[in-house]
Amino acid sequence: MTPRAYDAIVLGAGSVGVPTAWAMARSGLSVLVLDPFASPGQGSNKTAIGGIRATHSDPAKIRLCLRSLEIATTWREAHGDDIEWTTGGYSFVAYAPREEKLLKDLLVTQKRYGLEIDWHDADALRARIPSLRREGLLGGTFAPGDGHCSPLLFGHAMYRQARSAGAEFRFGEPVTAIEVAGGRIRGVATDKDSYAAPLVVNAAGAWARDVGALVGEDHPVRPDSHEGGITEPVAHFLDPMVVDIRPAPGSANYYFFQLATGQIVFCITPSPNIWGFDRRETSAFLPMVAKRMVDLMPVLANLRVRRTWRGLYPMTPDGSPLVGWSRATRGYFAAVGMCGQGFMLGPGLGELIDRVVRGAPTSGDDEILELLSPYRAFAGQEALK
Amino acid sequence: MPRLEDHPIVQREWDNPFRFTYAGSPVTAFPGDMISSALFAVGIRVFGHHPKDGAPQGLFCANGQCAQCLVIADGKPVKACMTEARPGMIVEPVDGLPTLPARDSADRMRDVETRHVPVLILGGGPAGLSAAIELGSRGVDVLLVDDKERLGGKLVLQTHRFFGSTEAVYAGTRGIDIGERLARDVRALSNVEVWLGSTALAVFGDGAVGVLRRGQYTLVRPEVLLVATGAREKSLVFSGNTLPGVYGAGAFQTLVNRDLVKAADRLFIVGGGNVGLIAGYHALQAGIDVVGLVEALPECGGYKVHKDKLARMGVPIHTSHTILSANGREAVESVTIARVGERFRPVPGSERSFACDTVLIAVGLDPVDEFLRSAREIGLPAYAAGDAEEIAEASAAIFAGKIRGLEIARALGRAADEVPDAWRAMGEILKSKPGATCGESADDAGDGVVPIFHCTQEIPCNPCTSVCPQDLIHIDEVDIRGLPTFHGGEGGKACIGCDRCVSVCPGLAITLVDYRKDRETPTVTLPMEFGLARPAIGGEVVVLDTEGAEVATARVEAVRPSDRTLLVRVRLPRAIAQRAAGLRVQAPWVGAPLPEAVEPLPDEAIVCRCERVTAGEIRALIERGIRDINELKIVSRAGMGACGGKTCTALIARLFREAGISPREITEGVRRPLFVEVPLGVFAGVEEAKP
Repeated sequence: MTPRAYDAIVLGAGSVGVPTAWAMARSGLSVLVLDPFASPGQGSNKTAIGGIRATHSDPAKIRLCLRSLEIATTWREAHGDDIEWTTGGYSFVAYAPREEKLLKDLLVTQKRYGLEIDWHDADALRARIPSLRREGLLGGTFAPGDGHCSPLLFGHAMYRQARSAGAEFRFGEPVTAIEVAGGRIRGVATDKDSYAAPLVVNAAGAWARDVGALVGEDHPVRPDSHEGGITEPVAHFLDPMVVDIRPAPGSANYYFFQLATGQIVFCITPSPNIWGFDRRETSAFLPMVAKRMVDLMPVLANLRVRRTWRGLYPMTPDGSPLVGWSRATRGYFAAVGMCGQGFMLGPGLGELIDRVVRGAPTSGDDEILELLSPYRAFAGQEALK
Repeated sequence: MPRLEDHPIVQREWDNPFRFTYAGSPVTAFPGDMISSALFAVGIRVFGHHPKDGAPQGLFCANGQCAQCLVIADGKPVKACMTEARPGMIVEPVDGLPTLPARDSADRMRDVETRHVPVLILGGGPAGLSAAIELGSRGVDVLLVDDKERLGGKLVLQTHRFFGSTEAVYAGTRGIDIGERLARDVRALSNVEVWLGSTALAVFGDGAVGVLRRGQYTLVRPEVLLVATGAREKSLVFSGNTLPGVYGAGAFQTLVNRDLVKAADRLFIVGGGNVGLIAGYHALQAGIDVVGLVEALPECGGYKVHKDKLARMGVPIHTSHTILSANGREAVESVTIARVGERFRPVPGSERSFACDTVLIAVGLDPVDEFLRSAREIGLPAYAAGDAEEIAEASAAIFAGKIRGLEIARALGRAADEVPDAWRAMGEILKSKPGATCGESADDAGDGVVPIFHCTQEIPCNPCTSVCPQDLIHIDEVDIRGLPTFHGGEGGKACIGCDRCVSVCPGLAITLVDYRKDRETPTVTLPMEFGLARPAIGGEVVVLDTEGAEVATARVEAVRPSDRTLLVRVRLPRAIAQRAAGLRVQAPWVGAPLPEAVEPLPDEAIVCRCERVTAGEIRALIERGIRDINELKIVSRAGMGACGGKTCTALIARLFREAGISPREITEGVRRPLFVEVPLGVFAGVEEAKP
């Protein structure tokens, strides 16, 4: 029996796979998405906290996220359903000269790429975020165009759009083999069936390295686990995402914002990294993050935590994604190593991948592909993680 | 609603009343009152309105499990059922989302303390206490945590005498007294440390158990964990199921038997298991009218003696009936029930309504097993005892705790002896469901004194055999599920009419017929546990048979108290003396239906109480093909609210079953810590200025 044939197979129904399949389906490609989990977004997408910012230090990320922002901001007008988008802005706060200098230096690059972002002194910042501790505050950046939404609703809304545009999804089907003949992709086999396609997109997130190995690619992607939490809902008191990049024992930084529905969502970047696939909640997280949050914003002391979780950050050596064609196997496209930013990069990246695989990249796309090339030399680390 | 100052079984101090304010008005409370009890005692049942749809919110579990009873106390959102009222406290209802109280400076923050213990027991109920006694007496150091202010778990709510084995689990003694006794034994053990007012929050991936102890957070690292967290009550999906006034039987017992609040005037019970039957009995003891009880099956699932007891007191028991709706705008005003036909579907035209202010849901229990599951997932050695392991009677939990205690002691190398086979056999017997029912045996010799056993169903129970000074009452000693038999005349011994079997029987199912003075009109001694309706000597009482049918009207000859049980003596004609089983407590008109059935309000039954998700929404998503509970949560938010899915998880599973979806097709939802919501300041170790 000949396997069912598609124009493209996307491996992974998560932050990158879903918008990629959606974009391809809109362009008229027949797309199959395969995922080992039982429903969309169950890998790391649902563990995202929901922030979307263009305030990066890396121009590729800035460009992709500007497009993601556009999609999220206009979602309701375009599609009718509510993803609880709030243009609350992002604020990186500074309580020490090191952070002040770092953030001010970055403003130069960020402005060059057309970002609307400015330095606020302590009083101006407190006018935007009145609950911020005044003592020791030097100021911070504020990017009014950034924002946040319900990570759960946005992911699922794109999934529904992808399905109605014609993309096909199969869940609970881990990929067991990628068929290659004559240096070209032929299709994919799972534990249940096999499917033919000349094009495979690896969007397997934390599991991308294993999937790449099926075609002999060794993506330098390994997951590190970050922990997050959510509180009870309270009346609105906080507009922007607040990011504190001061390192402290156990965490390189932490950030939090208030959902449109009133809950505070918070997360840390562990330091040192916690490598591996372990997603069980730790006992160290809450005492650590709570101290930092209450110190920064005393009003949070009386806010009750509802639950915590861990999500995987598929990290690359330099903190930027790996996006592009394989040089060894024709038809194999990597969209891996999102370094924990798949949720915000995904919508923009999905459209880019669609243009690229149809052979219609824009000049901007080419520039991004060069920056994110899987074959680049990994030097340095991005300034603003 | 008044306080129960003359409850027939339970007493409480009524000294030092104080005041706090609720919504600006003064409320009188007594030391030890939870905010919710104090509010109920002044008739306040609606504590706020839900931000999503404005639905009235109030007490539901009274056990710190759900989050329906949220109020603002001194500016902070708290659960009214778990927060003690304090003099001068300012309590406000929560309408919409609460506003965080202003706070400018961070106080000093201390580091979280870590404690290493050999055994951590979660729960100080019958199972946890017994295990602690077994372990402690073998020299094992134990830390026992319980979220209440008093040891005993649900035993502190049980005013009735317990079934089971007298020797193994103190049967024949009241639950509250068993709780006191176990607590005393635990306190006598210096190597058992008890933390009251302490809630376990999570078993984390690294093996630490987070415990919130009176506002302070501690990480406990046990070598072995014993989960004795008991059960939570199942809920039901029907129109009006979240109206204030609809709550679990346990919540009701907490208000009435612990806090001595007359929490209702007219009560309706859903579910004929032991929990529902006993709750009905407790209501009658508190002077609350029990309008009726519905049970979907043709027979009540609880012990027949419990059912008979209730029926005898005049409570209508509607078997093969179901609840259709609780009716009312801000709180329950009436209930509508219907007969069930095939596949438990309501039969159209059979609807009837009853005026009531409270509906108790007593449709079974689910184990509180999340700590056990987490511990097993991470490989922390963990045991469970009592309802957390398997739902059964408290007597079974007492014994299971003892067995688990010995098993843990062995696992830690602190005990050499194996668990005796006889223990395991008794453990199984105590867990057994009611067995066969037979007819009542009559012995109308008309001689001497004869105990009559209105106990016709095989249940694990033997107190009557242990109190007879003549040793004339026998039950199989190994398998105590047999029915008692009377052996008058054997070995030349005869019943001396001491009444001890009458007063000790937990089912109030033994009467004593004394023919000695008058063969043709013997005296009959009947047990009763009511102070409120205490019959006066010379007064008239209605005598009922086992099932509650009227037998005669009689005059009270004598009343003798025996440990809060009243032994009432009447004189009856010989022909009916042995049929007499009890005295009517509640007037027949209490259970009369309204003239017309009340149509349910157009309000869809709620599945997720916290996020107000209806059964209709869930059914539509199942119809759309969703089979992963995690996806269902994403789309509907069901299970993502304050309680963490404690109530709706089982209801959602049921909706899938109703839709004919096999459990194999369903992916279970991920359970996350925390068990209850806790302020960030507690995790941060904020040292608040003490009030």
